[in-house]
Amino acid sequence: MSDRTNLEWREALLSPQADTALTDLRAILLRGLRYALAGRGVTESDLEDFTQDALLKVLRELASFRGEARFTTWAQKVAVRVALTELRRRRWRDVSLQDLLAEHEESDFTPAVLTDKAPDPGQIAVRTMMMEKIQRIIAEELTDRQRQAMMAVMQGGMPLQEVAQRMGTNRNALYKLLHDARQRLQGRMMREGLSPDEMLAMFSEA
Amino acid sequence: MKRTMPKPDTIRKMAQMIAATRPVEIGCDECFEKLDRFAELHLAGKNAAEAMPLVQDHLDRCGDCREEFEALLAALKAETEDA
Repeated sequence: MSDRTNLEWREALLSPQADTALTDLRAILLRGLRYALAGRGVTESDLEDFTQDALLKVLRELASFRGEARFTTWAQKVAVRVALTELRRRRWRDVSLQDLLAEHEESDFTPAVLTDKAPDPGQIAVRTMMMEKIQRIIAEELTDRQRQAMMAVMQGGMPLQEVAQRMGTNRNALYKLLHDARQRLQGRMMREGLSPDEMLAMFSEA
Repeated sequence: MKRTMPKPDTIRKMAQMIAATRPVEIGCDECFEKLDRFAELHLAGKNAAEAMPLVQDHLDRCGDCREEFEALLAALKAETEDA
């Protein structure tokens, strides 16, 4: 049922008699989602809804399919994003950015040394100093927005999509904002005489 | 207003991420655009990471995109199995 070429898929879906192609595609997407979302506690009616939404999105975005992969792979990609976007939204629906970040206010700070697993006291001292330095640099270099996003993602474990939505932006723009933030921090570290390799070496075995 | 402070584990993760930051990284949109091709290469046993290093790099950094990639692989594997 999926042995149409990319061109045939496109023509079939655009033709006035698209019913067979739509039925075939629906079956492929539903089956794919069933596997993709296994173990996530989604119901049969969720799967049907996700498939329907995905199908509409595939039809809407048909013009953007450039044929670099098989049509069904592209359609499954669209379906997976539709479904996971909704599941993330549900999972985080009741969590505000304020609540997420308030769990870790200043007073909660545990000195880094207490949880450090490095065996050698000298190493612990160096690493503690380094952690304090990173904290200071984060406070000094980043905008409130950059810091908020970084904390929500890295400490709060919130998906980019959800942080972006709460910050009035989108996932792609938020990734760019975080990339800028990381570059800024890296630049400052290097100006302070700390190369990325040294940083990796210092923290990777922890 | 109190400022949220990173925990030591977060600082450690941040340090690793800062150190591994590259000047050129693609965003989620570009990754998504190429994800179908990347997944097909991967499933064909080809070295997708070598063919599309920026996609691999993004997947290593972005949890949302990585989750979608893994789900896509699972969906595509379903296609090849018997109904």
